[in-house]
Amino acid sequence: MLPTTFFRTISTLALLLLSQTGWAATTLVTVASDFTKPMTEIAAAFEKATGHTAKLSFGSSGKAFAQIQSGAPFEVYLSASEKYPLELEKSGFAVIDSHFVYAIGKLVLWSATPGYVDDQGKILTTGGFKHIALADPSHAPYGVVAEEVMKNLGVLDKLRPLFVQGENISQTFQFVSTGNAELGFVGLAQVIDINSGKIGNGSGWIIPDNLHSPFRQMAVLLKTGAENPAAHALVHFLKSPTALAIIEKYGFGLPK
Amino acid sequence: MLTPADLDTLFLTFKVAGIATLLMLLFGTPLAWWLARTRSSWKGIINAVVALPLVLPPTVLGFYLLVLMGPAGAVGKITTWLGLGTLPFTFAGLVVASVLYSLPFVVQPLQTSFAMIGEQPLEAAATLRASPLDTFFSIVVPLAKPGFLTAAILGFAHTVGEFGVVLMVGGNIPDKTRVVSVQIYNHVEALEYSEAHWLAGCLLLFSFSVLLVLYTALKTQPVAHPLK
Amino acid sequence: MEHGSHGLDGLSFIVFACTSKQALNSGDWFFGVQSLLWPFHRHFYQSRSVKSAFYYLKNIMTTILARFQLDYGDFKLNVDLKLPGTGITVLFGHSGSGKTTLLRCIAGLQHAPQGFLAINGSIWQDSEHGLFLPTHKRPLGYVFQEANLFPHLTVRDNLHYGLKRIKQNSGTVKLEHAVELLGIAHLMERMPERLSGGERQRVAIVRALALNPEILLMDEPLASLDSKRKQEILPFLSRLHQQLDIPVLYVTHSQQEVAQLADYLVIMADGRKIASGLPADTLTRLDMPLAQDREAATVWQATVAEHEADYHLTRVTFAGGSLSLPAVDAEVGTPLRVQIYARDVSIALESPTATSILNVLPATITGIADDHSGQSVVQLQVGTQPLLAHITRKSALLLDLQIGMPVYAQIKGTSILN
Repeated sequence: MLPTTFFRTISTLALLLLSQTGWAATTLVTVASDFTKPMTEIAAAFEKATGHTAKLSFGSSGKAFAQIQSGAPFEVYLSASEKYPLELEKSGFAVIDSHFVYAIGKLVLWSATPGYVDDQGKILTTGGFKHIALADPSHAPYGVVAEEVMKNLGVLDKLRPLFVQGENISQTFQFVSTGNAELGFVGLAQVIDINSGKIGNGSGWIIPDNLHSPFRQMAVLLKTGAENPAAHALVHFLKSPTALAIIEKYGFGLPK
Repeated sequence: MLTPADLDTLFLTFKVAGIATLLMLLFGTPLAWWLARTRSSWKGIINAVVALPLVLPPTVLGFYLLVLMGPAGAVGKITTWLGLGTLPFTFAGLVVASVLYSLPFVVQPLQTSFAMIGEQPLEAAATLRASPLDTFFSIVVPLAKPGFLTAAILGFAHTVGEFGVVLMVGGNIPDKTRVVSVQIYNHVEALEYSEAHWLAGCLLLFSFSVLLVLYTALKTQPVAHPLK
Repeated sequence: MEHGSHGLDGLSFIVFACTSKQALNSGDWFFGVQSLLWPFHRHFYQSRSVKSAFYYLKNIMTTILARFQLDYGDFKLNVDLKLPGTGITVLFGHSGSGKTTLLRCIAGLQHAPQGFLAINGSIWQDSEHGLFLPTHKRPLGYVFQEANLFPHLTVRDNLHYGLKRIKQNSGTVKLEHAVELLGIAHLMERMPERLSGGERQRVAIVRALALNPEILLMDEPLASLDSKRKQEILPFLSRLHQQLDIPVLYVTHSQQEVAQLADYLVIMADGRKIASGLPADTLTRLDMPLAQDREAATVWQATVAEHEADYHLTRVTFAGGSLSLPAVDAEVGTPLRVQIYARDVSIALESPTATSILNVLPATITGIADDHSGQSVVQLQVGTQPLLAHITRKSALLLDLQIGMPVYAQIKGTSILN
């Protein structure tokens, strides 16, 4: 007990010292891998705007969740789902009521072959493919949403035997992009051409929002970052018009 | 407790590992024999290629296999031409990937034990009318028994424990390509820690027993000693 | 010409019969016949004599012809040997002389790019015609320097390993005989690691003999044993020699083994044959390093003639006279090998009248050589037998020894080799 208290005191003192002198600080952020591209750009803009630095660690939201619970030194957590941040607040690892939706995930039924997927997604009913890829619904948020879409279209049971499941959305994308699966549910951010704002390669159908429950990606300030001005600044910056523009550019919806 | 799905993955895992081990012994034995005896300048290159999976991260190897065996890859084109379709997401594909990934664990112990036997018993057998093939089965195989045992068990155990490659090539299909390591990972990711513990415990117990048997067997085995 | 081709048909039949005795592949014997017959053709057409051609053929049936050329850069083997097809032929030389390489070429364990090998009429290698019989198809027995038993098999299984692989039933009889001859019956169930070095080597010899080979190749079988173990096996080898009718090629660098075993001797150096012939002649050749050696000796074939029980002596006769030896436990008429070290022989110009030395034999000087260190080697002839004497150079000068001089050889000591 005693050493913990001692360390806390020391680190709090150090942080106070830093903030009082107004020096630029660094914050460590863990980011859901689907948000890799926009977050890299946001971090650069954040540095330019505030002088603080955001160090980014990308990975699966579930893994980051387990790591945080085991005392990982992350200060801000950008999850791909709502579940984990709320859980962390409950269990005391995150600052109460610090959670907020930073982006809405958008799902695409995509194929590497041009003209393969129609813009109505009728192929899901007509079939003719051997494999359909999705992220593993048991733990990946994109997978959960993909399953919902198929359920709402009434094709879930028919398609289930054709499932190939990626461990995360990046792997799912690899299954489809290498042609091993004819089509699959991927994130819009993975296939969007940021210059035109349209799907860059192959063919795809952007799934309408009404086919699944809102795919809210939630962030939270962790207890470890409670005293770090850079962490607070980043949370603030994520809601700024600069950040929102970047988020939208990469094919995410904006929080309402 | 173990769910029926967990049991399925265990069964599937042992099936993959068993078949892969048989194939590795089948292909690895002549390969190791050649490597142990050749003076060809190809030896270095082949040795390096066989050992490559030890260095490459499994997911990287898995990704290359996915590309290679996919519809656009060289291997994929051959298998399609043969009417076999493409290998990823199939049981056969899983076995092929496992064989490539675990091959060094089979080839290297064999190669070492073949090299240890040396020229002398082979020459003695030749002067006793044994053809090279006859010599291999009547002299080399019994003398290299510890090597075969090590190779088989390491190959099997390594295939059971493999994760990155099967995740990549297998596509995580229940009953078809979802092996136990992937299942444990799924449990962990889904925060089903108790299920994960059970399955991991089983795997741990299995691996420990296998290694225990191996080392006990090797200890009591009359190890091939230099001929006198 | 007409009657010539007639005779040829009969001969090619004989050659075919001999060659097919080995399990040669159907293609192999053809080349065998060809290469055997080619010199025959030459004989025949040159001499126009069927008799001379027959002589050639009869000769080749009891001869080992070995011609090998091999170049490893720092070592070259270049031999052309014609060896008797019976008895023990010893290949003698220092290490690096090529004797083991020669033996391995004969066994087919090494493939000399240029070579011709015929063992008593069967061709095993003929590079000119692309014939090379792999080792496992050659009906030979090979005893390695290290016994080279299979460590995972019992003595019995080691012995049966080769037997299982030949298709002849006489093998078991040979095996029992060989087991008895080398006294290993009590070792049958042991594992090789539980045998002494000497026992292992005896098992290895039996293992080779059990196959009833057409030739037995032995590569320094005693070299890895200490002198006690050597003495344990040498008598077995001598017995082998007397009781089995298999030609043996025996590689060694030990003069002792040469003296004890050789019926025919080939001396090798730098991958070449430098001398060959009967041991009595070859060992005493002054141009050979053997005669200069401190251990230089002469070996005579002798026969037990009479026992002088009162004096515990045995008189033996040889081609040049007789010798008195310490009592030998052997019947009259038994053949013996008597070894006489050159250092045990001294020379007198006149027959010594008062001497304790029993064996004084009249002799003629046939050669003298200096070893440039105060010693002279004198080559003598006793009857028809050569004999070497090592004396000081000073004595040679004082006695004014000359080739052709009649002298007396005094023999201080002898040893019986079998």
